[in-house]
Amino acid sequence: MCCATGVCGLDVDSDLANFSGLLDRLRVGGIAVERHGLGRQPMAFVQNPKVKALLETEGAEALPLVFWDGEVVLKGRYPDHAERERWIEAAGIAS
Amino acid sequence: MKFMAFASKQADWTRYLFFTGKGGVGKTSLSCATALRLAESGRRVLLVSTDPASNLDEVLGIALSNSPTAIPGMSGLEALNIDPEEAAHAYRERVIGPVRGILPEAALRSMEEGLSGSCTVEIAAFDEFAGLIGDPGMGEIYDHIVFDTAPTGHTLRLMSLAKAWEHFLNENNTSGASCLGPLAGLEKQRGIYEKAVETLADENLTTLLLVSRPQTASLREAERTSRELRELGVGNQMLVINGVFQATSPEDVLASALQRRGEESLERASGFLGLLPVFTVALKPQNILGIGGVRSMFEERTAGPDGNGGAPSIWPGGRCFGGLEDLVDDLSASKRGVIMTMGKGGVGKTTTAAAIAVALAERGHAVHLSTTDPAAHVAEALGGALPGLTVGRIDPLAETEGYRQHVLSTAGAAMDGASRALLEEDLRSPCTEEIAVFRAFAREVARGAEQFVVLDTAPTGHTLLLLDATESYQRELNRQARSTQPEEVLRLLERLRDPEFTRILLVTLPEATPVHEAAALQEDLRRARIEPFGWIINQSLFESGSGDPLLRQREEAERRYLREVADHLANRVALIRWQIDEPVGVPALLALSSQTGAALTFH
Repeated sequence: MCCATGVCGLDVDSDLANFSGLLDRLRVGGIAVERHGLGRQPMAFVQNPKVKALLETEGAEALPLVFWDGEVVLKGRYPDHAERERWIEAAGIAS
Repeated sequence: MKFMAFASKQADWTRYLFFTGKGGVGKTSLSCATALRLAESGRRVLLVSTDPASNLDEVLGIALSNSPTAIPGMSGLEALNIDPEEAAHAYRERVIGPVRGILPEAALRSMEEGLSGSCTVEIAAFDEFAGLIGDPGMGEIYDHIVFDTAPTGHTLRLMSLAKAWEHFLNENNTSGASCLGPLAGLEKQRGIYEKAVETLADENLTTLLLVSRPQTASLREAERTSRELRELGVGNQMLVINGVFQATSPEDVLASALQRRGEESLERASGFLGLLPVFTVALKPQNILGIGGVRSMFEERTAGPDGNGGAPSIWPGGRCFGGLEDLVDDLSASKRGVIMTMGKGGVGKTTTAAAIAVALAERGHAVHLSTTDPAAHVAEALGGALPGLTVGRIDPLAETEGYRQHVLSTAGAAMDGASRALLEEDLRSPCTEEIAVFRAFAREVARGAEQFVVLDTAPTGHTLLLLDATESYQRELNRQARSTQPEEVLRLLERLRDPEFTRILLVTLPEATPVHEAAALQEDLRRARIEPFGWIINQSLFESGSGDPLLRQREEAERRYLREVADHLANRVALIRWQIDEPVGVPALLALSSQTGAALTFH
């Protein structure tokens, strides 16, 4: 899959597309957001010791990984609707 | 109408030359001959094939790769093939190479799979193509770059991609999250894409040479291509009519009919011919192969008064070929399923598919005739209606729009405004077409569960990419626990591999290049665990009875290829005799499909 929303893959995963939307809202709200794709910036996965360790123990199943203030908050899937709302709230952005 | 011989055209060529046209019109022979001539006059020339099923290797008699190879004995001439799979492989290595041995194996595999879709393949090949015309450094190495392009559909796509990507990048550069996956590593090339679009439109730099046979279908396709490329900004165009035939003696029925057909087709196209400079090349007694053969391309008369006709050679033991009727009888027995015609451009895939469809409908079956070739016109070939027979085509534009609507109304329905906007943006990416066409292909194949589906395919290169996409999607599917994919997509590969469901017919002319291209395609199919049902040799002059020296030479030349197919390549063969008239319309197609093989047995 080559695109952020997944339209170029087999299934369009609405959680994935909504996740892309969420990151945009966080960014606009002034939160620093970094997003790395394995196929695009593989070095980012190598350079982060926590990510590298998780990949070694759990393989690609561990992806996607979401970190919040340096800690893993989600592993192996994209956030669902409730989680997205919670994060928006935690970031102090009006939804 | 009288036109200037292509050989006598002044050699005041622009830097970039594109030879394009329907399959089998002689793009490779003409681009080789032109490149050779330029090199002989002291220019530094690069000859490039953009056809995924390139025949440059066979014509030049040398193995090529995706980097320039010098042609032995021909100083100043280098050649390369843009092979999409190889380009994609090189791209994957650029991304994965640096982290190999650092990231765990599973992560590497996941990266590799992510970069194996048809989207990556298309972009990687396009990137190499754009580099050749967009990189100013190339101008210092070569005086001329001559492109031998793939048959029309694929070429139009390649040339329009430059504009499509440039447009997409310019429109969507704000969010930074759009469908640039494989392009992300290539985005630095943006300047090169812009330059490529400019170069194609600059008449002082680029000439488009439309190649056509003196045949109506081929001239019509040249006219369509001319118009579409003009709309894309490629304005400096000329037409080369290849294979113009002059009968030696007016009494020879076949020879004078052939000459008359050619002249009539040019008359009918006079409106188009008046729009641009036109040149001609005479019909050759055989397939152009090797440097010597390429040189002879521009010799005006190649058959002596007696040719080398002489006594026909005898095959030891004799061979017996079936006709199309025998083949249709066998196909008819299964009552349903998919029949696909495949092969090099210009061998008659569309006509053969239409003839088989008409014959099956005539036998009382429900038949759907369709094509995966964006440049094919099955409805034109059919030229009429028959009860039980429906006609369709996979139209990339309509399929893409349908797929967009489908995604927006399903996955898109559950999204908030911002996410939906992102989704819409990604759906405007040129990648979307690949997926939409693939799904349409699966849908057409699925109809074979209920009735006959006769599918005319695009020329080899395009078809191979479609099969590769099918295999890579299947791998992706196998990794998914759940899938919301339609049943037709899930079962596509299984159906193509089932010899009771799908019957693939390799169509060829009795000439070196189309036979060898079909043989290579057969190997590719077997690697994908798909076994072709049989071969069709089209337009055979065998026992034509013509006394014309050039036609007799051609008849003699085709024997070794009839034999090669029958003895070494095909599970079963049907032979179609040479047609002076292009078989268009239901009666002509029925006549074609009722050819039997009996008269073609010989000892």
